[in-house]
Amino acid sequence: MTDLPQYDLVIIGAGPAGMASAKEASAAGLKTLILDEQPRAGGQIYRNIGRPILQNRSILGEDYYVGESLLAGLVQASLTHIPNATVWEVTGENALCFSAEGVSHQVGFKKLLLATGAQERPVPFPGWTLPGVMTCGAAQILLKSSGLTPAEPLVIAGSGPLLLLIACQLIRAGVRVEGIVETTPTANYGRALKEIGGAIKGWRHLLKGMRMLNEIRRSGVKFYKCATELRAEPGSEGNLASVSFRKGKTVHQLECHTLLVHQGVIPNTQLGRAIGLEHQWDEVQQCWKPTLSENGCSSHPDIFIAGDSGGIGGAIVAEIQGRTVANEIVQQSGLMGQKDAAIDSLRKELADQLAIRPFLDHLYRPLDIFLRPEGETIVCRCEEVSASDIRGLVNYGCVGPNQAKAFCRSGMGPCQGRQCGSTVTALLADELGSTPSQVGYYNIRFPIKPVTLGELASLSQPAQDRPVK
Amino acid sequence: MAADLSFNRLPCNERAAVEITVEGRKVIALDGETVAAAVMRSGLRPTRTTAVSGAGRAPYCMMGVCFECLMNIDGKPNKQACMTEVREGMVITVQQGARELGGDSL
Repeated sequence: MTDLPQYDLVIIGAGPAGMASAKEASAAGLKTLILDEQPRAGGQIYRNIGRPILQNRSILGEDYYVGESLLAGLVQASLTHIPNATVWEVTGENALCFSAEGVSHQVGFKKLLLATGAQERPVPFPGWTLPGVMTCGAAQILLKSSGLTPAEPLVIAGSGPLLLLIACQLIRAGVRVEGIVETTPTANYGRALKEIGGAIKGWRHLLKGMRMLNEIRRSGVKFYKCATELRAEPGSEGNLASVSFRKGKTVHQLECHTLLVHQGVIPNTQLGRAIGLEHQWDEVQQCWKPTLSENGCSSHPDIFIAGDSGGIGGAIVAEIQGRTVANEIVQQSGLMGQKDAAIDSLRKELADQLAIRPFLDHLYRPLDIFLRPEGETIVCRCEEVSASDIRGLVNYGCVGPNQAKAFCRSGMGPCQGRQCGSTVTALLADELGSTPSQVGYYNIRFPIKPVTLGELASLSQPAQDRPVK
Repeated sequence: MAADLSFNRLPCNERAAVEITVEGRKVIALDGETVAAAVMRSGLRPTRTTAVSGAGRAPYCMMGVCFECLMNIDGKPNKQACMTEVREGMVITVQQGARELGGDSL
């Protein structure tokens, strides 16, 4: 293994956490490599920020273009940035394998920083697999990277800040929105009110939220609050044709060709899981997250995590964490880090930015039926396993998600459990009268992204004979 | 007549045009965009059928985590359309059911 290219620090993911940490670490003198799955740095939040596509900058708003300075920091830094690189294995010997342009490579590291961001929370409901149903995040990616807006008529359904943001962005872009179907349960408002102290401390975020609600109100788009029984219906060709939901005693039905859904975001823990890092269940955010020290160190002494992949905090929090965690790595590597005063002020800024989280987490906790679906609602999209299939497994002695794989193949399709893992855990816990912590999660195994035999075989060639981009 | 399911393009900054073929139809995409975006602009739905029941699916997450956008790209099955950038002359077809093993797909 000694002939591998060696780095002091390898960072996985070039979103806000990855970009900020890469700049900090390389400036302090660490030989740094940043690997990113996308062709251009930015992550999902600042996707395509190096070549903004929309002529009208007001559509995405100034929060998006904040990413331009982060990207400039990365571009000026003295480090190696490999785009289009999918990391598929981290080995016990501080080495990792990644595939880029169909060819695999192996590198060694002293320290590893996972900055793999978030993914949208899977939101199983009847009809969510129909062509035409997609996530709010997906619509935002299409806006940022292609300047595309969804096929109309369009309905937006779900709960959370991103739902309001994409609604505003599409309205600004001139898209006709047939309706916004808000599923935030009434009871959440009371629970959130108990956290109002944090919300007042984070008043800037609160103000942004109120401005978005105002913008939607002024647009005249129909806004259905506290909706339940969300269901997408197909037309004769099997594509999405309409969405129905209940508001009070009335069942509404809206025709649509696109339905954007959202129920918040959860950490992308796939890589940390496969490495075997310790994770814990977060009852408030209703998701798994890695166990981290205050300095971002995981249960493995050489592996660190920053940004949303360590717990949801958003882009600004990710950037600050990227800087503090990089500083910790720099110091552990025996180099001069930031002065204590500088780190203290970053930590204070972090606390200020996180102050509003408990309010948001309680307010936007998804309706129970999205967390613990019932009946024929598909849970595992890849293997088409329903909620009742999963619930029924306990009758055959299934005690957790890993047995569920053997019983019904849930979690064994190409997405490797990314879209069903949290739901399968929740359903089994529900049926067993247990908790997600006790039931556990799928064992995730390498390779964490499908690789072809050709890509695997390319590793056996000496590095100098492999095609270089 | 089938409904128009194409995504709309807003006024964009200058980008080179890239011609690709989607299900036998010429489509003009923009340099730097993904196959999934170009396919949605073209209005194609579904973009694959499932291996289990044959149900239609289309891109869902656009960020590489859901694997719903698997398509056949230049003869290679099971390619994530949302993680692949368009290139001049690319030929894209719907993936029907499970991919077949052999040849370039290995």
